Amino acid sequence: MQNLLEIKDLKIKTLRNKEEVMLLDKVNLNIAPGQCLGIVGESGCGKSITANSLLKLLPYPLSVSSGNAMFKSPSLGMVDLLNLEENAMRGIRGKEIAMIFQEPMTSLDPIFTIERQMKEALEFHHPHMPENEKHERCVEVLKQVNIPRIEQTLASYPHQLSGGQLQRIMIAIALINTPALLIADEPTTALDVTIQAQILELMNNLKHEQNASVMFITHDLGVIAETSEQVAVFYSGHIVEEASAEELFYRPAHPYTEGLIRSISSLNEKGNQLYSIPGNVPPGGELKSYCRFYDRCKYAEDSCKRGLPMLVEVAPKHYCRCFRHSMEVEV
Amino acid sequence: MSDIKRITKKRKFRKDNTLYLLLRDPLGRAGFMGIALIVLLAIFAPYISNFDVAEIHSKDRLQAPNSTYWFGTDNFGRDIFSRIVYGARVSLIVGIVSVSIAAGIGFILGIISGYFEGRIETTIMMVMDVLFAFPSILLALLIVAVLGTSIVNTMIAIGIVNIPVFTRTVRASVKSIKSLDFVADAKSIGLKDRDILIRHIAPNSLASFIVQATLALSSAILTEATMSFLGLGIRPPEPSWGSMLSESRAFMELAPWMVIFPALFIILTILSFNILGDALRDVLDPKLKL
Amino acid sequence: MKNYIIRRLLTLIPVLLGISVAIFLIMQLIPGDVVTGILGIEETPELRAMWERRLGLDKPLVVQYFNWISGVVRGDFGESFRTGAKVFPEILSRFAVSAELALIACIVAWIIALPLGVLSALKRNSITDRIVRIIALLGVSVPNFATATLLILFLALAFGYYSPIRYVSFLENPLVNLEIMLFPAIVMGGSMAGSVMRMTRSSLLEVLRQDFIKAVRAKGAPERVTIMRHAFKNASIPIVTLVGMQMGILMGGTVVIEQIFSIPGLGQYLLTGIFQRDYPIVQGSVLFMAFIYVFINLLVDIIYTYIDPRISYS
Repeated sequence: MQNLLEIKDLKIKTLRNKEEVMLLDKVNLNIAPGQCLGIVGESGCGKSITANSLLKLLPYPLSVSSGNAMFKSPSLGMVDLLNLEENAMRGIRGKEIAMIFQEPMTSLDPIFTIERQMKEALEFHHPHMPENEKHERCVEVLKQVNIPRIEQTLASYPHQLSGGQLQRIMIAIALINTPALLIADEPTTALDVTIQAQILELMNNLKHEQNASVMFITHDLGVIAETSEQVAVFYSGHIVEEASAEELFYRPAHPYTEGLIRSISSLNEKGNQLYSIPGNVPPGGELKSYCRFYDRCKYAEDSCKRGLPMLVEVAPKHYCRCFRHSMEVEV
Repeated sequence: MSDIKRITKKRKFRKDNTLYLLLRDPLGRAGFMGIALIVLLAIFAPYISNFDVAEIHSKDRLQAPNSTYWFGTDNFGRDIFSRIVYGARVSLIVGIVSVSIAAGIGFILGIISGYFEGRIETTIMMVMDVLFAFPSILLALLIVAVLGTSIVNTMIAIGIVNIPVFTRTVRASVKSIKSLDFVADAKSIGLKDRDILIRHIAPNSLASFIVQATLALSSAILTEATMSFLGLGIRPPEPSWGSMLSESRAFMELAPWMVIFPALFIILTILSFNILGDALRDVLDPKLKL
Repeated sequence: MKNYIIRRLLTLIPVLLGISVAIFLIMQLIPGDVVTGILGIEETPELRAMWERRLGLDKPLVVQYFNWISGVVRGDFGESFRTGAKVFPEILSRFAVSAELALIACIVAWIIALPLGVLSALKRNSITDRIVRIIALLGVSVPNFATATLLILFLALAFGYYSPIRYVSFLENPLVNLEIMLFPAIVMGGSMAGSVMRMTRSSLLEVLRQDFIKAVRAKGAPERVTIMRHAFKNASIPIVTLVGMQMGILMGGTVVIEQIFSIPGLGQYLLTGIFQRDYPIVQGSVLFMAFIYVFINLLVDIIYTYIDPRISYS
């Protein structure tokens, strides 16, 4: 296997009023070493739970119902993340796969100093590392993420720092053990636009420096354009389109992707009204048995209700799930 | 104006469903049934009880429970069942009257201090802080020590002790509601302060107020029982569960039923109120959920 | 930090003054008056005038208050009407007894409540959780005088056990002293444990829902570190608040429990004062207890600032 991570047929379910409800079905994704995979979709489409399931961090009552995720672990060799026992998983979390979260303001423990929380990430994986070495490592990564006044920052508590600074620190914590894969779950959503740009630039630089693979989750296709080589578009619990970033932007095949692109490009054209795709994402658990974008699609025809379209290759390495490109029905 | 409509509408919807939601929850149902039992005992005490509460059967002292004396008799030969039944009446009356005193005064003070800022608020809250600084049972004991023991003084003492809780709850919710847009809207269409208070703020503070009242009722009943137990509440021969339990201590090995029945009813009552209070809080005000 | 404590102490002054004024005014409501209480049927106009002068009752109310409060500040709480003994030294020695009882009760409560509260939060909705919640609800709902009476009855009937009749201080004989304190402390601790359990469970659940817990796990933290270091320490903030509030209930508890178990603490002293209409004792004990209560809550606030860095000292 040349990929760092291969997710096969991932399905995630939850319990609602004591009944099992599907949230995510048949997701297949690959990440090559050093590659950045962008996952885009509106909130509630299943992109965050996909990421959380990889580290077994799904909140109760969500759980993986089937599928596997083969990860080429530097220490353990090939492992299936979804069926890994808790102890082995703990060795991977924060060391080989690190995660950055959406809300920097609430993702750090409010009652410990930054230094303590950074050192923790080292302590969990290198219990015998001497204090001064830990300190040096903290300073080093904080430099990488461009934190000014490092010693002062280390002594601070989270409430004394800004959202932008905290997200840099979260990135620093994620990088502290030089992970092979970095999962960034909407890392810029909660930040100001100017800070967003800085964080994105930082992440791009780091990706090149460290040669880490990145899974970048966002609802903002504009952010994808700046970061990712490969893109998967999620809609209502499954992938509706996947292609290289270039291919996707120039030749979008799925009406939903088309809508997403239109809604960002309309921002750049003066005088145009802001475009938005009509309607809302269907709530999780209402996964339809026919094309799930049907209600919001401008090309929708009655024949679209005949079943769930299959994800098929519409151009080389370009996959799409739409009856306009292929009549094949998912079974 | 749309805000007024929205909030009022929401409240109505909730009010219609409170009882339904409460009874759907098994714990809520249990609490409700426990209280219903006590209330029924209190209301129909004369029909349920077999004997007069003070009637002394000198030949039947310390009788174990039997077909005549269902819960047995005490050291004077009085029927424990009848005293328990009438005791429910005393407990509930003391509880309801003292909570009404506390809630009434607390509600008014809370509304005033929440709505009008400045010196009135500072003064009221200072007095409340001082009252609150006392451990509550101590204040109640002090008041009764000074006024003397009687059923009325017990109610007054428990009432005074519970004022600050209500004032604070009401004041807090008035303040939070006041900051909502619809109060400004009401002002802008020319409603007077008093009208805003009565028509909009008061009804909207109701949810947390009801929860508080349920909890206060249970604590008032508990305080009464405690004070009577100490001999500083209801005076004999008036039956109070607290004093019955206290009197039983000298005879408890001879007549354990003298201990067990009053204890059981006190526990049942407080437990029911607490369960109902919890369930009510979950239904009316999920934010307060512990 | 030091400044913060000093500032907090200063803000206590109006509260303490308010409490003393409240107690003083309540004492004025005594029907009849103190002299009638002392003299009873032996009252003559001469004796009455003498006692009024002696107690300072012939002066205006404000002067009476200042006489009393300036004595209080110097540690002079007046003398018992019955015995003529100074009230303050008696309050102090009896407070030591009550404090010991309260401390053991707290320890009992925490030993029971904290582990069970954590357990029921971690095993939310399991059978363990349900059982713990029912125990907690009972702890909150069963009044401690009922528990105490039932416990004594149970010990007597089942084991023929009676606790020692004569009180022995810890210094005289620690073992007998602890034997005497054990059951009262279990009763008081048990009723405290209920609310501590509920609070531990709910605040731990609240913290476990927060983002940073997931972030800590994502760093590779062992579950024990996640729970004990991060979740529990954050959850302890509301628990500490509750403990402060419980001190009031605990003081009320000492009044009841000391009476039932015949322990010569401050609560029993107060009750005796009330029964014998010995007003200096009543006034002094209530004032003392209220002051202690206020100080404990100050202490809780200070502990707070140590746990939670977000609370600023300024």
